[in-house]
Amino acid sequence: VVATALPFGMPAFASEEDTQKHIMEFTGGKTPEAGKITLDAPEIAENGNTVPIGVTVDSPMTADSYVESVILLADGNPSPGVATFNFTPMSGTAAATTRMRLAKTQNVVAVAKMNDGSVFMDQKQIKVTIGGCGG
Amino acid sequence: MSTPKPRVKLPKSAAKDEIITIKTLISHDMESGQRKDKDGNAIPRKILNTFTCEFNGQAVFSCNMEPAISANPYFEFNARVPESGTFKFSWVDDDGTVITHEQDIEVK
Amino acid sequence: GSWSRAAAQQALTEDDLLGMQGYGNVTLLHLTDLHAQLMPLYFREPSINLGVGEVAGLPPHLTGKDFLQRFGIEAGTPEAYALTSEDFVSLAKTYGRMGGVDRIARIVKRIRADRPDNTLFLDGGDTWQGSYTAQQTQGQDMVEVMNALGVDAMTAHWEFTYGTDRVTELVDSLPFPFLCGNVYDAEWDEPAFKAYEMFERGGAQVAVIGQAFPYTPIANPRYMIPNWSFGIREEDVQANIDKARAEGAELVVLLSHNGFDVDRKLASRVTGLDVILSGHTHDALPDVIQVGQTLIVASGSNGKFVSRLDLDVRDGAVHGYSYNLIPVFSDVIEPDADMTALVTQLREPFAADLARELGRTETLLYRRGNFNGTFDDLICQALLSQRDAEIALSPGFRWGTSVLPGQAITFEDVHNATAMTYPAAYRSSMSGQMLKDILEDVGDNLFNPDPYYQQGGDMVRVGGMGYSIDPTAAMGSRISDMTLLSTGEPIQADRDYIVSGWASVNEGTEGPPVWDVVENHLKENPVVSVEDTSSVKVKM
Ligand SMILES: [Mn+2]
Ligand SMILES: [Mn+2]
Repeated sequence: VVATALPFGMPAFASEEDTQKHIMEFTGGKTPEAGKITLDAPEIAENGNTVPIGVTVDSPMTADSYVESVILLADGNPSPGVATFNFTPMSGTAAATTRMRLAKTQNVVAVAKMNDGSVFMDQKQIKVTIGGCGG
Repeated sequence: MSTPKPRVKLPKSAAKDEIITIKTLISHDMESGQRKDKDGNAIPRKILNTFTCEFNGQAVFSCNMEPAISANPYFEFNARVPESGTFKFSWVDDDGTVITHEQDIEVK
Repeated sequence: GSWSRAAAQQALTEDDLLGMQGYGNVTLLHLTDLHAQLMPLYFREPSINLGVGEVAGLPPHLTGKDFLQRFGIEAGTPEAYALTSEDFVSLAKTYGRMGGVDRIARIVKRIRADRPDNTLFLDGGDTWQGSYTAQQTQGQDMVEVMNALGVDAMTAHWEFTYGTDRVTELVDSLPFPFLCGNVYDAEWDEPAFKAYEMFERGGAQVAVIGQAFPYTPIANPRYMIPNWSFGIREEDVQANIDKARAEGAELVVLLSHNGFDVDRKLASRVTGLDVILSGHTHDALPDVIQVGQTLIVASGSNGKFVSRLDLDVRDGAVHGYSYNLIPVFSDVIEPDADMTALVTQLREPFAADLARELGRTETLLYRRGNFNGTFDDLICQALLSQRDAEIALSPGFRWGTSVLPGQAITFEDVHNATAMTYPAAYRSSMSGQMLKDILEDVGDNLFNPDPYYQQGGDMVRVGGMGYSIDPTAAMGSRISDMTLLSTGEPIQADRDYIVSGWASVNEGTEGPPVWDVVENHLKENPVVSVEDTSSVKVKM
């Protein structure tokens, strides 16, 4: 039960307002609705240096109706940006996974922008724990 | 650091218009720009900032990466395969280097 | 039950425990969290086992008289002795030791003889770790014993603390499947082990899906298994259920090391799961708990119980069940001679060491419970004195056997409480803030109201320091009144304290193995007397 080193060196963290600002920039001022997008992440990070994070968006992914992009943000890292996934109808399904750094327990937010301009959001708290001790 | 080596997993063949899964990994430190060395000096940011996947010249998937992406960036995504052809993957480094990898797929 | 009345008349027989009528066509036998205990033993169940949020006051979060009342058990009966901490010391003298793999072998053989084509014997994990002999043989003794018992499939947790190479080597040697549907290769995110196995029993297709402890790389050292990634992975559980059903499974069983509350939540969120054989949190429940269509079985730990669940499986569905939590009373169940011989042979090279008396205790030594147990108080005293520390920390493991007042404390007893692959007793400096952060962090792992965020251990034990805890408070505000006991002064956030502890999950932790620290302490203090501590106060 000895604390582990954090993946980032400096303890300056983004804020929820920062994250909000990024969301609004991405959506062009629209408030995202719940639904359509699912954020897939572990409840507790095994390793704050590399946390799997995935999104799936419900969309037919045709030339007429597809997901343009998904932005991933985290409100407890030094800055909220994580990644932007850009999809096309050639993607087949609007789903992607990557791995991210988490400096501490925080919310990860995913916002999807459809080609018709509508926006959807999901979020999940991922816990970063000191670890040790068990049954 | 030696030249990053990309590794890609995708099937050799697919049915026409089948949706396949592609996985990519590349070795890279993804230096965040937020760390200090042991003398207290900031270590400058040096990350891969963009990943793209094209099929026969058409955009399939891309990602803009921030320093919060882990070292050795990993991506898993899908692609619809309308015909036989070539997937081209590229990673762009902050220093301007572009690393590319190509892999063919046959539609049966 | 009937055997409890028989026992009251001093006439408990093996037939009372094992003579139940078979029901239906499938018999599941479940043994879990044996923690490498080959011999009959004493193991006191918890007197404090708090549940928070929706599960407050629900089984298994009942202890003592509340537990007896909930399950209609009379005080003083063998059931009360086996299942609770009530009158433990006096009942231990009446009813004796429990467990022993030769008794378990007898149970399994007898049921298999009665139901040869119907029985599936499943091992829930935490089997290969927890004793000196398992430690010395890196799990080999347990693999030989479980092979001799004829296990049909297993899943795992502490097994992984032998590290990737050893686990792979042992798994490759098993004559039965090692099932972990929630363990993935960390690099390419592909399944690292087989997820499920299909069996035919009593004319029914039975799918057994394995679920390893989801938080193994967090609760135990990740550096020992760097290429494996775990997690609850609820969607994968559902996908495996659906796949098994599509392949014709008529009975779907999750052989789980999730812990009870995680399993209860999981059962409420997946469909098509008939049975969860639950492990990890060491709960023993005399009835199944039903959530929707799913039956959850909790079979205890340390070889004290074997669960028997008989099911009537017809036309792709379960039509009824009959359940028995079989208590392994070692003085009642006849040992299986072949297994006794194997155990004797496996222990023989270590027999002289195991029997060595290191001291004697005047009070009950136990570990299990949410907060400090007396065996951990003894370990903390050893860390404080032998490592010259102000504060001691000892992990809240749920394994570790009990020693009765008046008994010798043997080398084997000490190793039963400490045997593990990362035993270094570190000595380091920690700020008061860091100590608070550790207590809050472990407190949240135990008392987070969402079971998916729980890791299933008990609270870290402390020596030299007192504190208050409100389990129902939010992360960061559960802990208060932290006090340095030697001076009575409040712990100061910005002051550094000399702390000794063991079982750090960090690579490169240095210090002597904790069992040597305890042995040296006992050399200097051979007569042990540890009353229940009052240094932890629960405020709710
Ligand atoms: Mn266990
Ligand atoms: Mn366990």
